[in-house]
Amino acid sequence: MAGKKRLAVWKFASCDGCQLSLLDCEDELLAVAEAVEIAYFPEASSRMAKGPYDLSLVEGSITTEHDALRIRKVRRQSKFLVTIGACATAGGIQSLRNFADVAEFVAAVYASPHYIKTLATSTPISDHVKVDFELRGCPINKTQLLELLSAFLAGRKPVISADSVCTECKQRGNICVMVQGIPCLGPVTHAGCGALCPACRRGCYGCFGPTENPNTAALAAEWQKLGAAPRDIRRAFRTFNAAAPAFRTESEAHGE
Amino acid sequence: MAQDGLSVGVKAVIGREEIGALIAALSARGWRVLGPRVRDGAIIYDDVAGLDDLPAGWTDTQEAGRYRIERRTDAALFGYAVGPHSWKRFLHPPVERLWQARREGDKVTIIAEKNDEKFAFLGVRACELAAIMVQDRVFMEGPYPDTAYRKRRENTFLIAVNCGEAGGTCFCVSMKTGPKAQAGFDLALTELIEGERHEFLVEVGSEAGGAVLADLPRRPAAPEDIAAAEAVTARTANAMGRTLETEGLKELLQGNPEHPRWDDVAQRCLACANCTMVCPTCFCTTIADVSALDGTAERVRKWDSCFSLDFSYIHGGSVRKETKSRYRQWMTHKLAHWIDQFGTSGCVGCGRCITWCPVGIDITEEAASIRADSGKCQEGGNGRA
Repeated sequence: MAGKKRLAVWKFASCDGCQLSLLDCEDELLAVAEAVEIAYFPEASSRMAKGPYDLSLVEGSITTEHDALRIRKVRRQSKFLVTIGACATAGGIQSLRNFADVAEFVAAVYASPHYIKTLATSTPISDHVKVDFELRGCPINKTQLLELLSAFLAGRKPVISADSVCTECKQRGNICVMVQGIPCLGPVTHAGCGALCPACRRGCYGCFGPTENPNTAALAAEWQKLGAAPRDIRRAFRTFNAAAPAFRTESEAHGE
Repeated sequence: MAQDGLSVGVKAVIGREEIGALIAALSARGWRVLGPRVRDGAIIYDDVAGLDDLPAGWTDTQEAGRYRIERRTDAALFGYAVGPHSWKRFLHPPVERLWQARREGDKVTIIAEKNDEKFAFLGVRACELAAIMVQDRVFMEGPYPDTAYRKRRENTFLIAVNCGEAGGTCFCVSMKTGPKAQAGFDLALTELIEGERHEFLVEVGSEAGGAVLADLPRRPAAPEDIAAAEAVTARTANAMGRTLETEGLKELLQGNPEHPRWDDVAQRCLACANCTMVCPTCFCTTIADVSALDGTAERVRKWDSCFSLDFSYIHGGSVRKETKSRYRQWMTHKLAHWIDQFGTSGCVGCGRCITWCPVGIDITEEAASIRADSGKCQEGGNGRA
């Protein structure tokens, strides 16, 4: 079919979980394969067709010089480039290195550190090339991924809200755990997971990163009232989206 | 007029067990009965099948940003104030599909939604009745009534419960909406508990209510029963957790758009939208058209909030970029512009926005602060006429 859009899925520094979300579509996977030509997706198929591609989904962050060059090549071959997940969008859990000395990490982990060539930081794709859309989450939500693909094929804007997780809690009828005494990152976290953790009576872990205008300082002050120590607050903001500017700034405001 | 029922205004007394019979009678007549239940440490509204589902012997304690449930010393069925849910989630659901469309070849078929569910709400508080009436004005009056809302509303049976407990964040007395239900119900209950006695005074508010009550075992209300019920709501009225001075409030808020308190509250406000979603009168929505890969599409309406950046997005960007302007918009609309727009305040004094704000921002306290300092602000030259 001449009109079929060509899809590519790329991996950088990441765990593969977001790419797996595409394979995890199961019921819808055939419809996806029907609607697009999956031209390049090494995780799924050894058939790797050359570019250009209409849509590139990029997983992972940039942690090596080689990858910093490779992402530019990916961008050149892609009409639309969409990052999938916290690594590609914010630098991921591996951006904890940004707060420390990566040489010390390498020395602590590898028997022969001299084999390791890595950058001092883990950075999001948008620090390197123009990104057309960012799908949040660790991992991404497969419903949002399908919405992104449907919107792309229909030539419309994806219906993906930048509101807080609180809006999803209220949609589901969840009872606010924070008001019941459990510290929660929901009020400053981007929606998208469907308020998974609060629905299980846990505070939000912030997997989808900061919302559009997060008042992290006010939330941290409330966490303190609920008994959280500065170290707890620092750690809460320093997970999968540690390098997202709003979360990074807040974590740096609280000591060990 | 009520051949097979009791007239509007009739008062009777029923026993505690008859609440179960009431639920059964409504179910038998085709209503989906929704009422209070304990879930996840809160008293919420959900389907109730019988007396055992109700939160017997539970109450709640509420403060700004704080909610807990606790055991009572009695077995009251309605011994709590309002919880995290409001009836809004049934009459004006958080996510509502307006229609679906299917494409087959060149042909597009539109599939309409049914909306034929009949709700019976058990335990509607006076403030909640007032809130339903506020939303009725929003959705059903004017040139473009909301047909889905109207259909649901016309099929709804309302059983009010006059409050025997004032919550820590309640201020219905200030808003003149409670704690006693005055109108708009089919039946109104007042729980009477004294020593061994556990009964309900029932007042008929509509023909439909009279017909349902006629099916239940009951005795006529004696003057002592009516006096006992009056004493319950009088006691509650004297125990309000909060007050809001409404005298001149509209002019106060409309006259202080540059008050420094707006900056102060913006420091604390998370712009998380919880207050608007728990509010039983907030009605704003957004519309999303979604197409799927299989050739189907749908139009969905979702609750929206004036606290989101997208809410005020027009060509060129969002009008209310700062939290300050969003909080000011919400509060001044609720307490002031609503009066210009719909003829009443948008606030019914239920206190949910205070309790369910994760950082405990209190609308009554914000209003009082603006009132206390409004003179200073004008002297400072910040006030805009």
